[in-house]
Amino acid sequence: MAKSRSELGQIIHGVARDPLGLMGLVIVGTIVFCAIFAYWIVPFDPVGMNIKSRLQGPSWTHLLGTDQLGRDTFSRVIAGGQVALQVALPAVFGAMAIGLTLGMIAGYGPKWLDNLLMLFFDTIRSFPTVMFALAVVALVGPSLQTVVFVVMATSIPTYGRVARTQTLTLRNSEFILAERSMGASMTRILGVHMLPNIVGVLAVLAAMDIPTVIALEAGLSFLGLGVKPPTPSWGALLKDGYSLIRQTPWLVVGGGLPIILATLGFTFLGESLRDVVDPKLRKQR
Amino acid sequence: MTDRLLEIDRLSVDYETARGDLKALRDISFDVRKGEIVGIVGESGCGKSTLISSILRLTAPNTRFRQGKVRFKGQDLLQLPERKMRDLRGADISIVFQDPMQTHNPVLSIGQQMLDIQHRSKASKADKRARAAQMLGAVGIPDPEARLDQFPHEFSGGMRQRIAIAMALMSEPDLLIADEPTTALDATLEVQIIERLQELQQEFDCAILFISHHLGVIAELCDRVVVMYAGAVVESGEVREIFHDPKHPYTRRLIDCDPGHIKERARVLPTIPGEVPDLANLPGGCIFRDRCDQATARCMSQVPPLAKLKEGHHAACWLNHKEAAE
Repeated sequence: MAKSRSELGQIIHGVARDPLGLMGLVIVGTIVFCAIFAYWIVPFDPVGMNIKSRLQGPSWTHLLGTDQLGRDTFSRVIAGGQVALQVALPAVFGAMAIGLTLGMIAGYGPKWLDNLLMLFFDTIRSFPTVMFALAVVALVGPSLQTVVFVVMATSIPTYGRVARTQTLTLRNSEFILAERSMGASMTRILGVHMLPNIVGVLAVLAAMDIPTVIALEAGLSFLGLGVKPPTPSWGALLKDGYSLIRQTPWLVVGGGLPIILATLGFTFLGESLRDVVDPKLRKQR
Repeated sequence: MTDRLLEIDRLSVDYETARGDLKALRDISFDVRKGEIVGIVGESGCGKSTLISSILRLTAPNTRFRQGKVRFKGQDLLQLPERKMRDLRGADISIVFQDPMQTHNPVLSIGQQMLDIQHRSKASKADKRARAAQMLGAVGIPDPEARLDQFPHEFSGGMRQRIAIAMALMSEPDLLIADEPTTALDATLEVQIIERLQELQQEFDCAILFISHHLGVIAELCDRVVVMYAGAVVESGEVREIFHDPKHPYTRRLIDCDPGHIKERARVLPTIPGEVPDLANLPGGCIFRDRCDQATARCMSQVPPLAKLKEGHHAACWLNHKEAAE
């Protein structure tokens, strides 16, 4: 991003000034912190079984109780956050990068290329995500990489379409004409002048998209299409909790709460970011 | 080598539309000499913008060059490969656009944009920055070094237009095209910009092609003026000649309509009755005949040529020909 540090500081300052944005920032910050330092935070090994203390309720030893194999739920929630971000961040940023590139080509390139890329986007979009995931998992088997791939592939069109629309609007704007009449080449116009105008919008979209992706990963893991057990995942926690809800409700809480929190946090952050970054709104700032 | 910098030679440009070919420019001829300021006047839709985009070859995809040449320093721009053309833009030919609120990238600081525009230069970043600051100073932006880090929305309209001029002059072009640079500004700023342009023109010794529909500005600034109507040149010549002794009825009416020329108080400002003819379906004869109060039978059937009346004064009207007196 061709933005100076003062600019980035300004954006963070703008987000923090908005109460919802501040809340989003705190929640997202906590999740990211827990994910990075999960190894040091977890009180127990998230995959270590202890059959003697299975299906316990919350206690000072096990903050969120234990599951049917005696694994500490709190530790699994923390480690699950790591998995969630491991899926969400590469998937979202990969989709953003590819979608941005293709979208800008579609918006700036010749009409036939635009039509071709739009056809490609529409084809991908026409697959229901879960069906697509089922097919891919059937072919290559469930793994973290598969989930990342499925999520990335299905969200490329979203970014591609937004990038294309932005490019189309920008290419007819007077300042781009001014750049062209000053002898700027196509790569210069796209890279130096259009990109910073589009990245801001896409970054907002990405922030809003992360909770969707987290929920999707949880959903796929819930269906058994996501990460393989015993890897902890919020979705897998929910699945175990669902089948053991009569014995202990704490597994559902452990799986559900972080998903809700993450969704809220990223959405707040995204919405606040949109108000701060949007070039049309920034003038009124 | 002549002293002619830009020669437009019988240029005709069409736009292909669903309604047929729109004859946006027909048989345009005029030239700009080195270090001279030439004004182009005409009402909206007379082809001024098409002319500029044709010179820079930044035309819409449905544009067709039917005939003619655009020679810059002797070479025909219409025949030049796109790469060579791009090397000319912003180096030998620069442009300042009409609306200063739209000509800058909203997300890059002025400094970033002014550095980017020097992409052809091999100078170090610090040198480029110094050059940018120097140019901002030259157009009268106070404290230029600090203001380089500001964004376009932090500047007023007049300042943004001066920045645009600074950017256009940065490469010391031979030809500066000014596309109604003062239309979007208020009257006081207009005077400032015009004075600044005059100073800079002296300093950089570049020719300026100044497009405007404000006759007062043209009279103030330009050496020569080209009057366009409905895609054709109807009169051209020295500013003094044109304003004191216009030889085309359109020019005459245009001057009469200029608020600066009206002596008596009137309830309604004078206008030229009628409308510009449909460029897709041009009638025969003189293009101005429907709005002209002196039109004769000859104007209905024959197109008046752009005739030389005296050195440096051309007009396209039958009234200037001896036969018209009959």
